[in-house]
Amino acid sequence: MNTKMIIEKIGFALLVLCILITLFFLGSILYFLSIRGFPALSWEFLTSFPRSGMTKGGIAPAIVGTFYLTVGAMMVSLPLGLACAVYLCEYSPKGVWVNLIRLSINNLAGVPSVVFGLFGMSVFVKFFDFGISILAGSLTLGILALPGIISAVQEALIAVPYSFREASYALGGTQWTTIRKVVLPAAMPGILTGVILSIGRIAGETAPILFTAATFYSRFYPKSLFSETMALPYHIYALMTEGTHPREQTVIAYGAALVLLLLVLFISALAIYLRQKQRSIHG
Amino acid sequence: MDKSQNIRIRVDEVNFFYGPRQILNRISLDIFNQCVTAIIGPSGCGKSTLIRLFNRMNELVPHSRLEGKIILDGEDINSSLRNVVDIRKLVGMVFQKPNPFPKSIYENVAYGLEVNGVKDKLFIEEKVTDSLKKAALWDEVKDRLEESALRLSGGQQQRLCIARCLAVEPEVILFDEPCASLDPISTKKIEELCWELKKDYTIVIVTHNLQQAARIADYTAFLYLGELIEFGETDKLFTVPQNKKTEEYLTGKFG
Repeated sequence: MNTKMIIEKIGFALLVLCILITLFFLGSILYFLSIRGFPALSWEFLTSFPRSGMTKGGIAPAIVGTFYLTVGAMMVSLPLGLACAVYLCEYSPKGVWVNLIRLSINNLAGVPSVVFGLFGMSVFVKFFDFGISILAGSLTLGILALPGIISAVQEALIAVPYSFREASYALGGTQWTTIRKVVLPAAMPGILTGVILSIGRIAGETAPILFTAATFYSRFYPKSLFSETMALPYHIYALMTEGTHPREQTVIAYGAALVLLLLVLFISALAIYLRQKQRSIHG
Repeated sequence: MDKSQNIRIRVDEVNFFYGPRQILNRISLDIFNQCVTAIIGPSGCGKSTLIRLFNRMNELVPHSRLEGKIILDGEDINSSLRNVVDIRKLVGMVFQKPNPFPKSIYENVAYGLEVNGVKDKLFIEEKVTDSLKKAALWDEVKDRLEESALRLSGGQQQRLCIARCLAVEPEVILFDEPCASLDPISTKKIEELCWELKKDYTIVIVTHNLQQAARIADYTAFLYLGELIEFGETDKLFTVPQNKKTEEYLTGKFG
């Protein structure tokens, strides 16, 4: 065997090793969570309110809260992010200002989430006087997700071949009709991928809702946009840090973590299903 | 026949620049009605750039600049009075690589009508059928109009692009090396189609393939390094070229 082939074999082995290490961590997280969290799972756990000082009962209001917050955040960030990306990609003139805007958006992605939380508190909770509420939390989470959505949509738009646009223009399509009827549909799978990743991120965020939306305990489901709400990540955090009955509460925390994971998986699966459907129509 | 009565597009002293680079140099040329005009020349001579002026596609390219006039039916197409959408409806284009939209066969052909505001479903359906027939594709796709256009073969895709273009009812059709990526059989079909279409349309075709120009074109223009070297009836240009450069190119001395 010559040297080149040996080097190739070693390189290949290293790549496989990296995959295995990644899979190991992923697998152990899943395994660990399932072992610790599974005993807590039951129909009651999913559908009832916490009882007896958080040591019994379920996490229903936290599930509902996380669902509302995630959907709310997507309702904020998706239209806004889509519009920004379309402008930056398709309309904006090339130049210093636009580059500056791009740079700022990328920087926004690097801001720690707790800073978003503080921002949300001072702007949405206090200044706009929304109070600690689903609205304030959704807006904060939405802004947090914005840079991710914008760059995902931009990538997807750039990947649409120029020849599609050219064909549309040559048929008398204006720029707007071309974007609406050709570019966006063709970019949809990529956009959905961005949305999937964002949903996963948003649903699991704790810091941004800490001061803007979340409450430790609630006896009711949220009634309106202006209600505060329980949420899964914050519920886990609270159980693990502020509880007075660590033994019982740790089990519930792991159960909640498992539910959060399954919820994110479920939402992702839905988005992947939609993406496949889209592909089978357009592919 | 009095030729001057029959001019569809008049290219008048056209210079064209991408940034500082001059692509076309003082081109003047007449395109005649219901004729096939071929534009030949080596790669990079400005053939595609020239026909892209006829439907104002070049204005999508940043830093491009046009001097001189392109006159369609007696009016400057770049005049502020004329709307680019109207020009592009009147002057259709088929591109080098087949570029159907990632939509169904039906939607592809209907697209041009829809973006131009046609709402009448029956009319669209009629037009789609009609265009596919004219593009000699109907028999191959009539049972699968809802299938994705991307499943068609390259040659079928190109004929779909022709159908898509016909649906908008253009009067001039620009072909930008339409057979460059096709096999000989598909190429033959497209050529026959050009021949058929010239009864109703004015056709300008850019081609690399000299035989193709000789086979289908009534008039041929030879472009070299951005200049029009020779323009005339295809038979004459190919048999008794007036310019030495043309002769050299036709006999394969360069190109």
